[in-house]
Amino acid sequence: MKRYRFMDAQRVNLDGFAKPDPALGLVAFSSPADPAPSLVIRDGVVVAMDGASASSFDSIDTFIAGHGLDLSVAPSVMGLSDTELAQMLVDPAVPRSSIVRLCAGATPAKLARVLALLRPPELVIAMAKMRSRRTPSNQAHVTNRLDDPLLLAADAALAAAFGFREIETTVPVLADAPSNAVACLIGATVGSPGVLIQCSVEEAAELDLGMRGLTSYAETVSLYGTESVFTDGDDTPWSKAFLASAYASRGMKMRVSSGAGAEVLMAGAEGKSMFYLESRCVALARAIGAQGVQNGGIDGASVAASVPGGLRELMAENVMVLMRNLESCSGNDALMSESDMRRTSRTLPILLAGSDFGFSGFGSIQRYDNMFGPSNFNAEDIDDFLAMQRDWGIDGGLSTVPEETAAWLRTEAAQACRAVYAHLGLASFSDEHVALAVDAAGSKDVACVSDTLRTLGAAQAIRKRGLTVIDIIAALDDCGYGHLAERALAFLRARLGGDHLQTAAIFDPDLNVLSLVTDPNDYRGPGTGYEPSVARQAEIDEIRQARGVEDLRAEQARFASVLRVSRAAVVGTDPRDVVIGVSPAVGFDIWRCLSGLTVPEVLSELLDGISSAGCTGRIVRFAGTVDLGKIGLSAARLAGSGIGIGLQGKGTALIHQRDLSPLANLELYSVAPTITAPLYRQLGANAGHYALGATPDPSRNPYSDEAIEARYHTKVIALMELERLRLRPGASPEELMLS
Amino acid sequence: MTLTLKAIRSGEVSLADLRIDRPALERQAAIAAAHGNPQLAENLLRAAELVDLPDDEVLAIYEALRPSRMTAAELTALALSLGSRGLPRCAALVAEAAEIYERRGLSAS
Repeated sequence: MKRYRFMDAQRVNLDGFAKPDPALGLVAFSSPADPAPSLVIRDGVVVAMDGASASSFDSIDTFIAGHGLDLSVAPSVMGLSDTELAQMLVDPAVPRSSIVRLCAGATPAKLARVLALLRPPELVIAMAKMRSRRTPSNQAHVTNRLDDPLLLAADAALAAAFGFREIETTVPVLADAPSNAVACLIGATVGSPGVLIQCSVEEAAELDLGMRGLTSYAETVSLYGTESVFTDGDDTPWSKAFLASAYASRGMKMRVSSGAGAEVLMAGAEGKSMFYLESRCVALARAIGAQGVQNGGIDGASVAASVPGGLRELMAENVMVLMRNLESCSGNDALMSESDMRRTSRTLPILLAGSDFGFSGFGSIQRYDNMFGPSNFNAEDIDDFLAMQRDWGIDGGLSTVPEETAAWLRTEAAQACRAVYAHLGLASFSDEHVALAVDAAGSKDVACVSDTLRTLGAAQAIRKRGLTVIDIIAALDDCGYGHLAERALAFLRARLGGDHLQTAAIFDPDLNVLSLVTDPNDYRGPGTGYEPSVARQAEIDEIRQARGVEDLRAEQARFASVLRVSRAAVVGTDPRDVVIGVSPAVGFDIWRCLSGLTVPEVLSELLDGISSAGCTGRIVRFAGTVDLGKIGLSAARLAGSGIGIGLQGKGTALIHQRDLSPLANLELYSVAPTITAPLYRQLGANAGHYALGATPDPSRNPYSDEAIEARYHTKVIALMELERLRLRPGASPEELMLS
Repeated sequence: MTLTLKAIRSGEVSLADLRIDRPALERQAAIAAAHGNPQLAENLLRAAELVDLPDDEVLAIYEALRPSRMTAAELTALALSLGSRGLPRCAALVAEAAEIYERRGLSAS
């Protein structure tokens, strides 16, 4: 049936939807194999947890039971009904501190059951209350297909300027990693002080980069919910616990990563639900002493999204992290649908609630350049995101960057990066390459000058020569970028104290640490909690597309020419006299119609049309009304033929006749944006034919398949305001001359 | 030596000067404990023990804790070594790993 083939052709039908299959772990919230919550403590030791006795614990159970539970509070929380604890989450009167104190003693199965009760609006309230840091923030992906350093530097600078406080890079070619780290470090330093940089590669390689100071945090320290999958990932809870401490010993912030679907994708879910397995990961994260978790599906997001309740599960994962008093880096970093509507729905509730990091990787580059795979939002969506912040009055961490600012920052970043690479003998780049990287929308725009072997050589040199952040800072200084060297050094100094190792820590551009300790979330219901400052609210509201009346006036003035008043208008006597009545602002402030044609062009076409029908036309401005019908009727009454054309400055037009009522007409063009020059000419000709007593085929305003009205509303409002400002009630009509 | 651009220019600054120190980590551990996360505190105290260990040794211990790298006996020996060098928390972590890996078949045979 064509009706259904039409539905089939919509983008959502490219997505995969799976029938739940608990045996494969392909189910969101509950599988028959999920254990019921339980905890048995004897002599201060856990002897049974979630249906398993200690003697049959696997390595994950062992670590959680041994290190992850506050046994002093465990009996209380395990004794609460699931509903009681769920209600505490959404009750504004129950402080966050009470909830995290209790949940410290809750087993994985317990938290899984409790959170499964929360409905979507309750998840939003719970997240708003439970996020660790009061001020929401955001993280960006900065990558490209070619690992082009100049492009990375330019993009890192822009990402930092947009407001991202963490930047994550990765590489299509593992050996390029040191170069990516250096390029992003330089670029971010240009964009804003205090942006943390991560290079996501294999665990030991990543730690090595951090030890050299080339990166400042790590995130992809992965945890899995079953022992078999964990082992396949070449780690154990103990190796990960040690890794966490290794990072801290080098002053680096870190978080772990987990998320629904990983075990399913590796065929190791053991029949458990995605949410239950994630609950084990989150409990383990707390147990090993990580400060935060990146979850919300991550690479497995589309697996969760394929089953019923999948998106609910993804958000519940983030809330579970917050309940365990950890930082939430809340997913949204993998494109989980080909449908713009589904992927927006996946992200919107988290943005509305506000999280420690709304995205654990917003693609600040285009989809094709995202080497993690496209994120849920990418560069294609930046203006949408900025508009959404403004639409809802929420703070998603980002601000508009004016084009001139972006150009300046990208230029500085690309040039500084080029200079450092040259100075250190890593690689040399041409002026053309710099210019292309600055201008580029993506790596396709630099492909003609990019040389992947040169980049690989640079990366290998960085590694083999043991270059560190000190070398980069010294190079920046030597190349005349002393201010950047100072900035990078100040950031290093700021990290010596370790305040950024606390939960949910970011640096603001003044290098103050905002964390659970220094900026705790104090949400307790309406009127409490985070509120953007006046300055911040202005940043959120002032997107680059916003136009006021004065902006439109200035835009219109660029098209100004001359429409001189020739004389006061008189009543015509010639039966072939047709009057074109124009609105008050014509000739003063409105020079260009919504269609893009100028007002003189439109008048010219109308006059040509009138004369082609054997009549004469004249232009009269009516300053007493803005109404198109009244303008047209007044014109018709002035005309010797009794036929008039009404034209508003924005381009809407009609043909009127002297004995019609004001809101009637002979012909009407109501959709100004789509009227073309030939159509105006035809309107003029038809007016002439009516004047001579004929009945022409009425001209028709073309329609477009797209619903374009919303596109023009703000312009129309401004244009009508310009008209209103020129209104002079009772004024006499004036005849105008086209020069 | 204060961490200034001048000091870097004159070559006085090494990576070691950029490192967080033991007192800072211990202070942060206390703050973490005071803010309801004793596990984060324990992590930071382990980190404090690792501050003076050279990078390659830290990487080697991480490697040793990965599945099937060391036998249980080797891990136990590592734990004892760490303990005798004044890294008791790290030693305890490695010792526990030795025991559990043996039970779960995660150590090398």
